[in-house]
Amino acid sequence: MAEFFSNTTAGILIVVVAQILLVVVPLLVALAFLMYADRKIWAAVQMRRGPNVVGVYGLLQSFADFLKYIVKEIVVPAGADRAVYFLAPMISLVMALVAWAVIPFNDGWVLADINVAILYVFAISSLEVYGIIMGGWASNSKYPFLGSLRSAAQMISYEVSIGLIIIGVIISTGSMNFGDIVKAQDGNLGLFNWYWLPHLPMLFLFFISALAETNRPPFDLPEAESELVAGYQVEYSSTPFLLFMIGELVAVVLMCALVSLLFFGGWLSPIPGLPDGILWMVMKMLLVFFVFSMVKAITPRYRYDQLMRLGWKVFLPMSLFWVVFVSFAAKFGWFWGAFARWGM
Amino acid sequence: MEDFLREYLPILVFLGVAIGLGLVLILAAVIVAVRNPDPEKVSAYECGFNAFDDARMKFDVRFYLVSILFIIFDLEIAFLFPWAVGFKEMSDVGFWSMMVFLGVLTAGFAYEWKKGAMEWQ
Amino acid sequence: MSAFAFYLFAICVVAGGFFTVISRNPVHSVLWLILAFLSSSGLFVLLGAEFVAMLMIVVYVGAVAVLFLFVVMMLDVDFAELKAEMAKYMPLALLIGVVILMQFVMAYGAWETNPAADGLRAQVTPVDKHNTEALGAILYDQYFLLFQLSGLILLVAMIGAIVLTLRHRTDVKRQDILAQIYRDPAKAMELKDVKPGEGL
Repeated sequence: MAEFFSNTTAGILIVVVAQILLVVVPLLVALAFLMYADRKIWAAVQMRRGPNVVGVYGLLQSFADFLKYIVKEIVVPAGADRAVYFLAPMISLVMALVAWAVIPFNDGWVLADINVAILYVFAISSLEVYGIIMGGWASNSKYPFLGSLRSAAQMISYEVSIGLIIIGVIISTGSMNFGDIVKAQDGNLGLFNWYWLPHLPMLFLFFISALAETNRPPFDLPEAESELVAGYQVEYSSTPFLLFMIGELVAVVLMCALVSLLFFGGWLSPIPGLPDGILWMVMKMLLVFFVFSMVKAITPRYRYDQLMRLGWKVFLPMSLFWVVFVSFAAKFGWFWGAFARWGM
Repeated sequence: MEDFLREYLPILVFLGVAIGLGLVLILAAVIVAVRNPDPEKVSAYECGFNAFDDARMKFDVRFYLVSILFIIFDLEIAFLFPWAVGFKEMSDVGFWSMMVFLGVLTAGFAYEWKKGAMEWQ
Repeated sequence: MSAFAFYLFAICVVAGGFFTVISRNPVHSVLWLILAFLSSSGLFVLLGAEFVAMLMIVVYVGAVAVLFLFVVMMLDVDFAELKAEMAKYMPLALLIGVVILMQFVMAYGAWETNPAADGLRAQVTPVDKHNTEALGAILYDQYFLLFQLSGLILLVAMIGAIVLTLRHRTDVKRQDILAQIYRDPAKAMELKDVKPGEGL
């Protein structure tokens, strides 16, 4: 039996599909509750009660929403380019999901253990922009078109600083594999071994760039309700709209996973002596997600010229400087080798 | 070699699963939901007038400039990746040659700043 | 298994290239081109060049194709006019096509492989290193000059893009954030004592 699963093509495929479902199904179920949590936190900050009707404390709200999306009518605008119109939400969902193939949840618990894992995530997240551009263009309506252009320029601007921040982490680790990056943060000081301490300025930069990259408030300009109605999503309804929503939220959770892997030691336990495990990873991701939704609740929206200024004139020089700084610190062993983990 | 490709197999299968999921969701609405479009319903979202012209209009050349600058910085990052991975065994020549490379591009960046190319207006 | 993947990607590359050429709508052309890029990065993975495959996606699909899409979306093409134009140049285009095809055939006929080439091709990267690492070990050191040259090319591209596209508009109000932050509260407002019945 074991032979069948490790040697024959059909067996290997069955194992791979099972593993993928083991990642995707919990992810999507968790997503339903994260969406609920997001709304509850937002409501609590504004002293509202949030969703509280469906199920106990409104816990089943997202499932009710899901059913509602499915029974809604798909309205395709008259001048729309049908193929591209339906392709756009698909790309948005597929690209957000596929990046999860290289994210480890525990030591060795990863679908595709490739050497260029972080570069793969970087590549896939640069493709997410297409869902938005295509959606805005295909709708043949002014608000979506403007929203998608803004969004595209915004996403590519912040991708530069995300890339440079990742370079800093790779210099410290000497590998692009997430497993190696997490293991490099292991040590007998617990949470003080993690990269958040030496790379502290970059943690903030990465978090803010992640907000911009996923179009979360305060950088939700593509869907700025007060000026663009809902940006690229204006002409979408029913499940195509749902796919955009899921794609966006999966990308947010992916960013939470990246923050916890790159800066908070992934599955490592914060206190020396406690066992490492997937529980830590989940807790770290939830913590980062909580910060994501708090930021959404308490910050006002940026203006577009200020957003571009922040990306090009503040984040880019800072992260470029940090790459040079980290490389000097790693080469000459400054700060007791905190920047060169392969030396320790 | 085969081991190496085995690691990439889940990505290909994942792509298939994700596309399948998206198709199922869209088809679910196509099958379950009623469809009865009328000219008003399918018209583009506007303030109340009919659209004056095609929505796919010309836009500012600035978006074009931003995406060119993005390509250049993206290439710079692409050059940094192998350098960062091989950093621990990098010779001094390799280290300083990257510093010169970054210096040259920082000069370009300073020029860009000075010219006001990064000012959105 | 890898044969299946090869044919899948190969068919996608060819189909992508074909539809890029024959699509009426330029935006569709760019989308097909993206499919071709993505599948060719799949082919690179099959060859074992994972770093090049990822760069293909990051640079070509993530950056260059976005630029193409912007340019194409900005174009205001009139298809009827375009077709008439094209008919005019058709004989010349055909001539060039035939010339290039013949050159290919001649080049292919005269092609000779160095006997040592097969051995070199079989073992491009060291076995104990990932190909990103292997690239990093030689690119910045042995190929130092070429690397610096590519940096200069990027610099020229940056300056060229700015010179060609930057137009300063004079009719807009700009924000000077530093000046705003460092504004002195004493200078920011002025107290006036307004006498009744006089105004300022």
